[in-house]
Amino acid sequence: MSWILAAPLVLPFLTAVLSFLWRHSPAGRRISVAGNVALLVAAGALLAAVLDEGVVAGQMGGWAAPFGITLVADYLGAAMAMITAITALATALYAMGDIDEHKAGLGFHALFNVLIGGVTGAFLTGDLFNLYVWFEVMLISSFGLLVLGASRAQIDGGIKYVTLNLISTILFLSGVGLLYGMTGTLNMADLARVVPALEDQGLVTTVAMLFMIAFGVKAAVFPLFFWLPASYHTPAYAVSAVFAGLLTKVGVYALIRVFTMIFTEDTGYTHTILLWVAGLTMITGVLGAAAQNDMRKILSFHIVSQIGYMVLGLALYTPLAVAGAVFYVVHHIIVKANLFLIAGIAERAAGSSDLARIGGLYKSAPLLGALFLVPAFSLAGFPPLSGFWAKYVLVAAALDVQGWLVAGVALLVGALTIYSMTKIWAEAFWKAHPDGVEPKLTRIGTAQRRWLLAPVIGLAALTMLIGLFPQPFIGFAETAAQQLLDPSDYIRTVLGADALPMPADLAEEAS
Amino acid sequence: MNSIILRAGTRYLSALLLVFSLYMLLRGHNEPGGGFIGGLIGAIGFVLFAIASGVADARRSLRVQPQNIAMVGLGIALIAGIAAALFGDDLFTGQWLFLGAALGEKGLPLSTVLVFDIGVYLVVFGSILTLVFAMEEEI
Repeated sequence: MSWILAAPLVLPFLTAVLSFLWRHSPAGRRISVAGNVALLVAAGALLAAVLDEGVVAGQMGGWAAPFGITLVADYLGAAMAMITAITALATALYAMGDIDEHKAGLGFHALFNVLIGGVTGAFLTGDLFNLYVWFEVMLISSFGLLVLGASRAQIDGGIKYVTLNLISTILFLSGVGLLYGMTGTLNMADLARVVPALEDQGLVTTVAMLFMIAFGVKAAVFPLFFWLPASYHTPAYAVSAVFAGLLTKVGVYALIRVFTMIFTEDTGYTHTILLWVAGLTMITGVLGAAAQNDMRKILSFHIVSQIGYMVLGLALYTPLAVAGAVFYVVHHIIVKANLFLIAGIAERAAGSSDLARIGGLYKSAPLLGALFLVPAFSLAGFPPLSGFWAKYVLVAAALDVQGWLVAGVALLVGALTIYSMTKIWAEAFWKAHPDGVEPKLTRIGTAQRRWLLAPVIGLAALTMLIGLFPQPFIGFAETAAQQLLDPSDYIRTVLGADALPMPADLAEEAS
Repeated sequence: MNSIILRAGTRYLSALLLVFSLYMLLRGHNEPGGGFIGGLIGAIGFVLFAIASGVADARRSLRVQPQNIAMVGLGIALIAGIAAALFGDDLFTGQWLFLGAALGEKGLPLSTVLVFDIGVYLVVFGSILTLVFAMEEEI
C-alpha cells in the first residue's frame, strides 16, 4: 500500500527536477503541466483507495511505526492531497500564460513543484517531525517564489514573510522537542494514544499552546496574520493564487490534526482560546479588507477572515462543526485560488489591480464578469454556491451548542464579505474605465488567453458542482470528522491491530 | 582578491579539498561523514578558488551551472528512493549488493543508500555554490 501514498510525493519532486533542467525551453512548462496531470491521477488513486478502505498507511524505508516515517491518508488527508493536486494543475496551466520566459528561466516551475511536493507531504505525513520538515520545504520554496524577479515590493514582502514564518517554525520545533521529551515518540498515531495517558496534563497544555501559536502563524489567524496581507499581493498572480489557496490551509490542517487527535484532554482551555481566535480573525480580516482598495489586497485580507471560519469549526469541536471546517477548507481552496487567478486576468485586461484605476470589465469582458461572480458570491455564502453550504453547516453547528454570539459573528462577517465583493464588482467591473480604455479580453494574446481562462473556468465549474450537489461532499466531510474525533481506525492502521487499548506496560510508563 | 600566494596555494588546496570531500562522502555510511558534509567540503574547494581567481574563472572550471548540479543531485536521490520499487519494497528502502561476497566475507557492499548520499552531496555542493557565486557577483 505504500506506493500509492508515496506517488503523490515523488511526482512533484520528479517534475521539479525535469522542469528545472529544461527551464530555458518551452519544454519546462509542459513538463510541469504533465507532471501535475500525473499528480492528479495519483491523488485520485489515493482518494479511491481511502474511500475503499477508510485509512491507508505506509512505512517509508520499511522501518516499522512508530520508529520510521509513516505516511498516512485518512479521509481528511486524502481529500487535501486531491484538492492540492487540483489547485496545482490549475495553477500550472495558468502559469503557461502568466509566467514569462525570464521567470521560467530563474526556475519558477521547479520551485512551484517543490512547493506542491511540500504541501502534499504535509497533508500525508503521519509524523510530527516529518511535518516540520515539510513545513521547511514549503517555506524555502515559497520564499523563492515570492521574491522571484526581485522587485522592491517583492523583497519587502518576502522578508516579512520569511521572518514571521521562521519564528513559527522555531516554536513548532521547540514544541516537537518538548513533546518528544515527554512521550518518546513523534508518530501522530502513537501520540494520539500516549498523550491522553500522560500524568502531567498541565505541561501537555503548555506544549499544545506552542503548537497553537506555531500553526496559528502559518494559518494567519488573529493576532498573528499581519505577514499575509503584507506579502501576498507582491508576486506573480500564479504564485499568489497557489499561496492563497494552499499555504494558509496547511496551517489550518495542522491545527485541525493536532487539536482533534493529540491535544484533546483540556478542550475547555485550548478550544475556548481557539473560539475567541476564530471570532476575532473573522472580524479583523473582513474589516481589514473593507479598508483596502487593491484587488489583491482585498482578497488577501479575505483569506484571513475565511480562516476564522475554519478555526471556528475546529473550536466548536462537535462532529458537525469539524465536518464543517473540513468542508470549508476544501471549498475555500478552490474559490480563493480562483479569485486570485481572475484578478490576474483582470489586471492583464484592464492594466492594474488598483480599483481606482480600472473599470469597465463587465461591459467589455462579460465572460470574466460571470466567472468572477461565481467564486465571489461563493466566498460571501450565496446559495446555491459551495460557500453557502460551508457557512450553513458551521452556523448550524454553532447554534447547536448555543453559540449565539459566534453564529452572529459568522453571519455578520458573511454580510461584510458581500460588501467587499460588491466593491470589487462595482469598481472593476461596473464603472467605466477612468482612462477610457476598453479592457477587452482580446487585449491578451489568443494562446495566452486560453491558458489563463481554462483553469478559471474549471475551478468555477467545480464550485458550482459542489454547490449544486453538496450532499456527497458533506457526507465525506462528516466521515472525515468522525475519523478525526475518534482516531482508533487511524491508530490501528498505523500501529497494528493490537495497538488499542494501549498495552499496560506502556500506559504505566507514560504515567 | 589579487594575491599570488593565495592563487598558487589555492591550486593545491582546491584539489585536496575535492579529493577529501569524496573521501568524506564514501566513509560516511558507518563513520562520521557522508553526503552533506562531503558536499560542504567540496563546495569550499570551489569557493576558495572563486575568492582567489574570481567567480568567472570558478564558473568556467566548474563547466556546469551549479544550480543544475543541485537539481541533478535531487534527481539522483529521488531515483535512489524509487529504486526500491523494482524490488517490491517501500519507498527509500535500502537495496544492497555485496560484490564478491563469500562465507564469512562481506565483500564490497554497494547500496542505493550510497546513491542517495551521492545525490545529497550534489545537492549541497550545487546549492552552496549557487548562493556563493551569486553573492560574489553581487559584490
